[in-house]
Amino acid sequence: MSTETKKYPVGMHPALPPPSGSVGPVRWMRDNLFSSVSNTVLTFLGLYIIYLVVPPFIEWAFIDSVVLGAESRKECLKIMGEDRGACWSFVYHRWGQFVYGFYPMEERWRVDVSFVLTALTIAIVLVEKLRAIKAVLIAAILFPVISFFLITGGSFGLAEVPTNKWGGILLTFIVGLTGIFVSLPIAIVLALSRISKLPIFSFFATIFIEFIRGVPLITLLFIASTLLSYFLPPGSNFDLLLRVLIMVTIFSAAYIAEVIRGGLAAIPTGQYEAADALGLSYWQSMRLIILPQALKISIPGIVGSFIGLFKDTTLVVIIGLLDPLGIGMAAIATTDWAGLSTELYVFIGVFFFIFCFGMSRYSLHLEKKLNTGHKQ
Amino acid sequence: MKKLLPIAVSLAALTAMNVSAGTLEDVQKRGVLKCGVSTGLAGFATPNDAGKWEGLDVDLCRAVAAAALGDAEKVEYVPLTSKVRFEVLKSGEIDVLSRVTTWTFTRDNSLGLNFAGVNYYDGQGFMVPKALGVTSAKELDGASICIQTGTTTELNAAEYFKLNGMTYEPVPVETSSEGRANYIAGRCDVYTTDASALAAQRSVFEDPTAHVVLPEIISKEPLGPVVRHGDDQWFDIVKWSHNAMLVAEELGIDSKNLDERGANANDPAAQGLLGTNTSKLGEMLGLDKKWAYNIIKQVGNYSESFERNVGKDTALKLDRGLNALWTNGGIQYAPPIK
Repeated sequence: MSTETKKYPVGMHPALPPPSGSVGPVRWMRDNLFSSVSNTVLTFLGLYIIYLVVPPFIEWAFIDSVVLGAESRKECLKIMGEDRGACWSFVYHRWGQFVYGFYPMEERWRVDVSFVLTALTIAIVLVEKLRAIKAVLIAAILFPVISFFLITGGSFGLAEVPTNKWGGILLTFIVGLTGIFVSLPIAIVLALSRISKLPIFSFFATIFIEFIRGVPLITLLFIASTLLSYFLPPGSNFDLLLRVLIMVTIFSAAYIAEVIRGGLAAIPTGQYEAADALGLSYWQSMRLIILPQALKISIPGIVGSFIGLFKDTTLVVIIGLLDPLGIGMAAIATTDWAGLSTELYVFIGVFFFIFCFGMSRYSLHLEKKLNTGHKQ
Repeated sequence: MKKLLPIAVSLAALTAMNVSAGTLEDVQKRGVLKCGVSTGLAGFATPNDAGKWEGLDVDLCRAVAAAALGDAEKVEYVPLTSKVRFEVLKSGEIDVLSRVTTWTFTRDNSLGLNFAGVNYYDGQGFMVPKALGVTSAKELDGASICIQTGTTTELNAAEYFKLNGMTYEPVPVETSSEGRANYIAGRCDVYTTDASALAAQRSVFEDPTAHVVLPEIISKEPLGPVVRHGDDQWFDIVKWSHNAMLVAEELGIDSKNLDERGANANDPAAQGLLGTNTSKLGEMLGLDKKWAYNIIKQVGNYSESFERNVGKDTALKLDRGLNALWTNGGIQYAPPIK
């Protein structure tokens, strides 16, 4: 009888580990995957589907695939032999076109520098700690300006590169980022105008928003590419890309304005009245009280619009601007690379997924950070 | 009344633009020719790995640039889908459209456009998998067919099936690569487009022998460059740039022997074309004396262009067929350059 049972006063016994099977992965699986007969069946069905899809995909995309050493699809097939995998060689060979479009080879460093500057700018805009430093904030304003001069050229001794040479990922970024960053302030102004008590503001804002939202983006792009030059004086050369940027921006602004209006409508009247009671002017009350709350509520909707806009940039291929998809389509139309559509769509899909997923994760992070505790 | 003002202004601008001709001056002032091409069609217009455009249609753009600017490289290629090509040309965004465009009565007469010749005689055909066991287009009743939208192929197929009392289910596609992808994936039984494009598509299939092009050619598809109405000088330049390539082939002048031929005083036809004698052919077009010399030197004659882009040694392996010179049993025939 050497086992000693230690005596504890009543209620002072340290907590025992929970019985096995009620915590950890086993418990989680029991709760989430095998809680009932139908759930168990569905779990196994899901596993079976994963088994059917994932291993062959990995085999196709990575194990049997060819990246280097093939100059055409025929050579790809020769290298692969019996095991047919993906032929990524065309992405490798056309990488320059996918990233820069037809931007001149010797000037591409300018685009690279701009990419780095843009990445820094985005980092500064998104990370709060960096934003607090004034010099850094000024840099964030300067970087896009520098990028603009770098990419367009024609000044500071840089050769001019006309916009029709721009393409690929560069074009997607220019259209997407310009649309995103320029449309937000316009959208805020539009939303405030629409709910304004001054009829002239609300009238025009409503007309503008409803008109733009009532028309598909592709129609606006057609207007930009063909109809607009009928309305401009003959001989005037209004850059096609600039026209597209304007159309994309106003399109996105109209949508986001409605999202923000939804946010504004969710603010209780008491908040407006409280602002008035404090003697704040209209702009003060908007800036300090209403908009911070309204924008916070609108984050998921705004980011949703941004993601939609980023993906809509592929529509420019219809009016002859070659974004990554257009570049890829042109590549697989050549006799060397014809027939690689699966590879192309997987590649473009991964590209867009990375950026859209990134945006959506950031929006979640922002929501959590700004959450001031109205959660139940 | 006030609301009508913008409309009136824009209408005025519209008429003003149609009146303003002078495409040649515009091109020369700009220093670059804006040429509308396909977004990607093997043999006719595709960018290569280095980003340089190549193809039979591209060569026509280069010929016009060589004639008008003296440099075949001074071309800005504007890739266009079949849907927007005419609008873009009419709006003045491009100077010439060279995009496998079929010359038809309706297009010539209702769109305010002019066709400046035929750089490829084509015809519409059908391709089916061999496994289907079909040997004639007459057996295609009830088939689903991949057709590119906004093209004459759409109309031709509709007419052909109606005429033969058959039905079909169209599967509309936007581009040729989309059409091929759909056809390979089995979403349509039949793929129809111009015979040259069918050959191009078939050549890149994993197993070209598993597909047959049916013997029926159901339409005439004369493909050629297009310009806007209202500028006859520019129309002439495009027309004769193409003709110069044909005449050069007929005279046996190519990019290698042209200096030799131009120096031969006993060869007035060659000297006239190349601008090495006193003839003033270039001047009549408002161009440099060396306009045709530049075309042949930098682009080549029609045969060189054909063989380089779609001929026997390319993946397309197209015969000259209808596109042989009239002297060789084809129908490519250029009026004399005299």
